[in-house]
Amino acid sequence: MLKVTGLNAWYGESHILHGVDFEVREGEVVTLLGRNGAGKTTTLKSIMGLVPRREGSIDFRGREMIRLMPNHVARSGIAFCPEERGIFGSLSVTENLVLPPVVAPGGLDTDTIYTLFPNLKERARTAHGTRLSGGEQQMLAIARILRTGAKLLLLDEPTEGLAPVIVQQIGRTVREIKQRGFTVLLVEQNFRFAQTVADRHYVMEHGQVIDMIPNHQLEASMDKLHEYLGV
Amino acid sequence: MIMIFGIPGPLLFGQLLLGLINGAFYAMLSMGLAIIFGMLNIINFAHGALFMMGAFASWMLLQYAGIGYFPSLILAPLIIGVFGVILERTIISRLYHLDHLYGLLLTFGLALVIQGLFRNYYGSSGLPYRIPDVLQGATDVGFMFLPNYRAWVVVAAVVVCVATWAIIEKTPLGATLRAATENAPLVQAFGVNVPRVITLTYGGGVALAAFAGVLAAPIYSVNPNMGDNFINTVFAVVVIGGMGSIMGSIVTGFALGVIEGLTKVFYPQASATVVFLVMVIVLLTLPHGLFGRRA
Ligand SMILES: Nc1ncnc2c1ncn2[C@@H]1O[C@H](COP(=O)(O)OP(=O)(O)OP(=O)(O)O)[C@@H](O)[C@H]1O
Ligand SMILES: [Mg+2]
Repeated sequence: MLKVTGLNAWYGESHILHGVDFEVREGEVVTLLGRNGAGKTTTLKSIMGLVPRREGSIDFRGREMIRLMPNHVARSGIAFCPEERGIFGSLSVTENLVLPPVVAPGGLDTDTIYTLFPNLKERARTAHGTRLSGGEQQMLAIARILRTGAKLLLLDEPTEGLAPVIVQQIGRTVREIKQRGFTVLLVEQNFRFAQTVADRHYVMEHGQVIDMIPNHQLEASMDKLHEYLGV
Repeated sequence: MIMIFGIPGPLLFGQLLLGLINGAFYAMLSMGLAIIFGMLNIINFAHGALFMMGAFASWMLLQYAGIGYFPSLILAPLIIGVFGVILERTIISRLYHLDHLYGLLLTFGLALVIQGLFRNYYGSSGLPYRIPDVLQGATDVGFMFLPNYRAWVVVAAVVVCVATWAIIEKTPLGATLRAATENAPLVQAFGVNVPRVITLTYGGGVALAAFAGVLAAPIYSVNPNMGDNFINTVFAVVVIGGMGSIMGSIVTGFALGVIEGLTKVFYPQASATVVFLVMVIVLLTLPHGLFGRRA
């Protein structure tokens, strides 16, 4: 579904990604693991077209995306949930939820979304999205991209800084949306969490993918992984 | 004759009305500035010149095409709005990657060029624009004679201000505008064509200025400098109301018009400076302005 080859990216003079290669197949949940500053966020942003300069190839369902503007990337069916969550304070919870335009048929309707995220239903009338707790904001950030009909979701560290119960709820959500046929590219630092949701893991270091570990081999690769992640 | 605080009633009400009229123009102009500032992050110094172009457009439509006041109220903002869209696409958009200051200098320069061109072709003595027949005359409202056209200006301005506020605060389109003001790249990554939204926002702000210009044409003479009389106060209104706040611009615009009007009655010497006095006091107590966005 998504095939990234030789991806390079720059912020001004700093060359951040040095030839990133990986692939996500339809219906999979795939993670990008790696230490702070390895280039995981930059990889997601490069796919969306949110970096100032990038080169290489991003093939999505047979279409080359490397030259597309972010709005065209979104319109072709990729949705992005940023690391900082990107909830808008000048929009109500409901306005935040319906902000991203529908880009294709097959997105979840509001009722289904409220079944998946009961907290959001309770807080729907909140006047400023940023009044929600961190966990609720993360739910909202995921929920709003499920509506759009995009079938490939890029989630950047959805569990960061959240309490264990909320992390579990996000885990259930990721498994549920996989069941519903979504494909997920997930950036994570928490490989214990990643293990509960993913099919395969790519490990990034210094702006490159240095290894790929199928989920069933994760336990056996613990030593290697500890070394990669420095934990 | 009724006396209020030792002032003859008609004089007081007359100045109050004059203040409301000026306030109506302050409100419409500063609202457009606030919208443009929120989205483009530039202070549109060409706003006064575009207001003037609105007045000239209605004058030209009448003079050269026989199109009257009411059609002009729609047509002139459309024409000048399209002019704004062209300006944004061809010139202003080239500066987005630079510091705000360049946008300010550019629009300031544009204002000078536009005013210079109009002065060159039409002189600066001013051209008359007749009040449309249905709005001629005055109505006796008991305590004073209310000129119909002036009453119409206040009503039209309030309607346009409230409608614009409602579009921005209450509709999905407005939600997209507010979101893009907060974080444009993310909104674009959701599939919204943000550059086009920015262009149309500029066009919309310019159309508002032109609409105010058409309303102003029968009151003030149509001349190349007519925007200058307003624009200094309008910048003060934007600062007092809180940069980028729509409601702040509307309320502050009308309020400052009235304060100015009352100052003319009670202490005429201060009428030209009272606005800036208010600005200093507000900024000392509320640095983000009366309605400044929660940071
Ligand atoms: N806007 C930016 N301008 C310049 N350099 C940046 C910018 N954003 C990130 N970088 C640099 O790019 C490198 C990769 O950052 P990136 O955010 O992709 O890492 P990450 O793997 O997502 O890390 P984390 O786990 O901390 O989120 C880092 O060295 C970072 O300092
Ligand atoms: Mg990151």
